[in-house]
Amino acid sequence: MVQPMRRFRFCLVGLLLAALASPACAQDRLNIVASFSILGDFAKNVGGDRIEVSTLVGANGDVHVYTPAPADAKKIADAKLVIINGFALEGWLPRLVQSSGSKAKIVTATDGIAPRVLGVADDPHAWQSVANAKVYVANIRDALMAADPSDGAVFRANAEGYLAKLDGLDRDVRTAMAQIPPAHRKVISTHDAFGYFAAAYGVEFIAPLGVSTDSEPSARDIAAIITQIRAAKIPAVFLENISDPRLMQRIAAETGARIGGTLYSDSLSGEKGEAPTYIDMVRHNIKALTDALDQGPP
Amino acid sequence: MVLYDALIAPFTEFEFMRRALAAVIALALGGAPIGVFLMLRRMSLVGDAMAHAILPGAAIGFLLSGLNLFAMTTGGLIAGFMVAILAGVVARNTELKEDASLATFYLTSLALGVTIVSIKGTNIDLLHVLFGDILAMDDPTLLVIAFNTTVTLVVLAVIYRPLVIECVDPVFLRTVSRAGAPAHLAFLALVVVNLVNGFHALGTLLAVGLMILPAGIARFWSRDITGMITIAVISAIVSGYLGLVLSFQTKVPSGPAIILVAAVLYVVSVLFGNVSGLVRQMFPAPHLEA
Repeated sequence: MVQPMRRFRFCLVGLLLAALASPACAQDRLNIVASFSILGDFAKNVGGDRIEVSTLVGANGDVHVYTPAPADAKKIADAKLVIINGFALEGWLPRLVQSSGSKAKIVTATDGIAPRVLGVADDPHAWQSVANAKVYVANIRDALMAADPSDGAVFRANAEGYLAKLDGLDRDVRTAMAQIPPAHRKVISTHDAFGYFAAAYGVEFIAPLGVSTDSEPSARDIAAIITQIRAAKIPAVFLENISDPRLMQRIAAETGARIGGTLYSDSLSGEKGEAPTYIDMVRHNIKALTDALDQGPP
Repeated sequence: MVLYDALIAPFTEFEFMRRALAAVIALALGGAPIGVFLMLRRMSLVGDAMAHAILPGAAIGFLLSGLNLFAMTTGGLIAGFMVAILAGVVARNTELKEDASLATFYLTSLALGVTIVSIKGTNIDLLHVLFGDILAMDDPTLLVIAFNTTVTLVVLAVIYRPLVIECVDPVFLRTVSRAGAPAHLAFLALVVVNLVNGFHALGTLLAVGLMILPAGIARFWSRDITGMITIAVISAIVSGYLGLVLSFQTKVPSGPAIILVAAVLYVVSVLFGNVSGLVRQMFPAPHLEA
């Protein structure tokens, strides 16, 4: 009777030790904070299981108007690297890094990308062009290699594989876009997030909300868009996963344009959603665009 | 023709402008009379407090079922009713005055709302969600607003008499009738209904504006309560209409444009109103002599 009991206790101790040991293993991995979900996805693809990635603005969140919580400051304080987009997208982040007392190195993923200038500010949505996404990945790879040289070879190999996938994605986007007649390549979406996409793939995007979701449209803006849809016979309007759909639904109702579905602009969907990773996101957007635009004006 | 283009064409050409106008008129019909009573009872700031009390309820509704009009409206109404009724009961039965008891309840409600939101850990900006857009009126939103306004006007007609007497002489009312307490609570409920109404169209803070500013304007033009209500409703509709036109012709967002027009009307009234307007006081009309 004693024997099994002792064995049981032994097992318990073993379990306890295992439980204690696994966080210790996790601490060896490089602790990375990404400001929003798309950067987090890039980092995961480059770092693989050698890094621990957490994102501040999660799935379906809006990075333009985020209010950080104390838990975020804690994440940053524990991090080795903080990956941000730059181009003033995360206006709230520098103060958060300062107040958290973190010694983390800040990596700007858009380093080396020439910004599109809109008015007085840079358009931050550079990731919407796959060519730019490759720059993001290269920057993240270099930062990871600098922070943890011992795993450098792994990061390099991971990045290599991922960049090849992005090349394939870029080709697919171009083929898909080439099938849409040039006259139909006009799209209305909620906020001005697809400028880089438009420039790279020859589609025209028009948006009522401007570059940030943080603005309110005037009646003049809405009227201008409705006039434009009617005049140019634009076939479809799109919703975004981070914005109030009612405005777009109103515009669609008034112009007879179809609602082409939801575009993912500044944030991935959850694990089970339509766009859990960057590649899924681009593929989803492309499918929504081609489905709606192929048919031409309703 | 220029005048037609500026003032009428926006509404004939675009349906969203017609819908916005309909919403503003409905809001004015319900909200402005409520504002007049709030002002007469020196409760003008109560509107602001109640708006905060509604916010967490609507936020809970949003968290439970997303951007769902019904859930957010119901949540807001429930939270607002709770705060209004509890505050009213405490003020009527204890020494604590109305403003103080309302302040404690609305702050509690606000703290509760913020806590619930942070537990759920969402990062969508609440203000963004809660600020409605007058330019995006869909059928359900318009129907909710029209329904709330209808209810407001009917209930107001029923409790009008006790409410007016309570505004001028609550002690007298208490000696002749026991309608005071129910009328008061019904009135607070109407305040909540109209704030929720405004929150669909203008956002929480501006909703209070369209209620209180017209009442302030009316005070400078009339001494009797019927006149005040009429003028308040008219000035609310005029501000709504001119605000929409302003937003159409310039690039000012519609909600703020409406409130700014009301503010301009208010300043004009303070200066030139025939009841205690500043200019009128400086140059009093000659007394009529027999």
